[in-house]
Amino acid sequence: MRRRRFLFAGDSAAGQPAQEEAAIDTLLQGLRQAVHLILSLDPEVLEIAGLSLRVSGTALAISVLLGVPLGAALGLRRFTGWSFLRLMLYTGMGLPPVVVGLFVYILLSRNGPLGALNAALIPRLFTPAAMITAQTLIIFPIVTGFTMAALLGVDPLLRQQLLSLGATPWQATLTLLVEARAGIAAAVAAGLGRALAEVGAVMMVGGNIAGETRVLTTAIVLETSKGNFDVAIALGLILLAMALVINFVILQLEERFFRPL
Amino acid sequence: MSEAIFRLRNLRKEYQRRLVLDISYLEIYRGEILVVVGPNGSGKSTLLRLLNFLEPATSGEIEFMGHSIPPGAPVGLHLRRQVTMVFQQPALLNRSVLANVSYGRKVRGMPAQNGAMTRLLERLGLASLAGSHAPNLSGGERQRVALARALAFQPAVLLLDEPTANLDPYNVSLIEGLIRDLNREQGTTMVLVTHNVFQARRLGHRVAFLLNGQVVEIAPAEQFFTAPQDARTRAFLNGELVW
Repeated sequence: MRRRRFLFAGDSAAGQPAQEEAAIDTLLQGLRQAVHLILSLDPEVLEIAGLSLRVSGTALAISVLLGVPLGAALGLRRFTGWSFLRLMLYTGMGLPPVVVGLFVYILLSRNGPLGALNAALIPRLFTPAAMITAQTLIIFPIVTGFTMAALLGVDPLLRQQLLSLGATPWQATLTLLVEARAGIAAAVAAGLGRALAEVGAVMMVGGNIAGETRVLTTAIVLETSKGNFDVAIALGLILLAMALVINFVILQLEERFFRPL
Repeated sequence: MSEAIFRLRNLRKEYQRRLVLDISYLEIYRGEILVVVGPNGSGKSTLLRLLNFLEPATSGEIEFMGHSIPPGAPVGLHLRRQVTMVFQQPALLNRSVLANVSYGRKVRGMPAQNGAMTRLLERLGLASLAGSHAPNLSGGERQRVALARALAFQPAVLLLDEPTANLDPYNVSLIEGLIRDLNREQGTTMVLVTHNVFQARRLGHRVAFLLNGQVVEIAPAEQFFTAPQDARTRAFLNGELVW
């Protein structure tokens, strides 16, 4: 990855207009460098982007597989403790990533409750698996909560009427999920956005190790702190492009494949 | 009209230990229109939900098409699919009118039969709305869609829970005419719950008066209205408060 340090006008003794001009120039140069880095398929950038995709994609897949059924169940049924569970879920949707990072760090550290077990299935700190664990904890409540809200938005009389029309309980549930598909797609998109944008937790449990646990967000932080704005901007653009493409795929799936029964 | 399609024996339904339905014996004949009248809270809608197997009775027995169904026992899908209900407040799918009407056929794996669906929609004055988004329809149109989707798969029993409440005279007349025609042409058994005693008289072969969950009186429509046997029935028909 080509690195170049940009000097702000403030570093010299120039006046205010000169500072603004230099800042705009820096941004433009950064954009040009970003395009170059993307088009030249820089191996380091590709590796970082690939790890981002793997970590966030896996966390999203786990959250969707567990969160959509759970959110649907919570949206369709009432039981003792339902209100408490919803309160916990909504609180979980606002969990500060650094708190999750701290929690996972303590759990997985060598002397922590899980890390001390030294079991094969327990992720180790400063590995992508630890980052996936942290991201899953962050986005699972989001996917579950939004799915539940989407199901709660469907007419509560509908299920009984579908059963009356001869639907099996499973067919009725599937129909309700399809009715709420726009809300569920929003839940997945929100989870994806949170995962891709997350930096605090993955920095804490991943360590931002080059070639090991460096993802787009942590790399952006690092490159910015080093003054490598072109690289930081390139990584930012890649992050945005990834979010755009994945959201496009999610919407296409929602529109084309989850057609009404 | 002698064969019973439903037999209810000692049927009781409680909600949180409050008895809302207590029917010692009731037969519903194949091919009849049985109208159930009664004041608010008398158990009419609960009776329909039990007949539709949407919830179990607390005790007693429902015999349907010769099959005895004790409380809480699972009802076979083939039996459950013989009965459907048109609700007072229809909840429609967020799809086209045609998709709503076809739903019951699709879940049964029945062929679409577009020609038959079009004729049904024409009969209900919905043909021009087939492609319209169902939730955008007026109250009368929504109720007609609800009726069409219930009729699309030709059920043996059609339960109607105040299907014309809050509708204008045109829609009331249209729906009543259709109920009458379908019963005559296809022999569909119908149980209609209504507050409207005039409608009960217009449509019912037999009329039952339900009060506090109990069948106070059941009789052929003409007899029910001209010579009611129970004082409470007379009072109800005279518009007096009964309890």
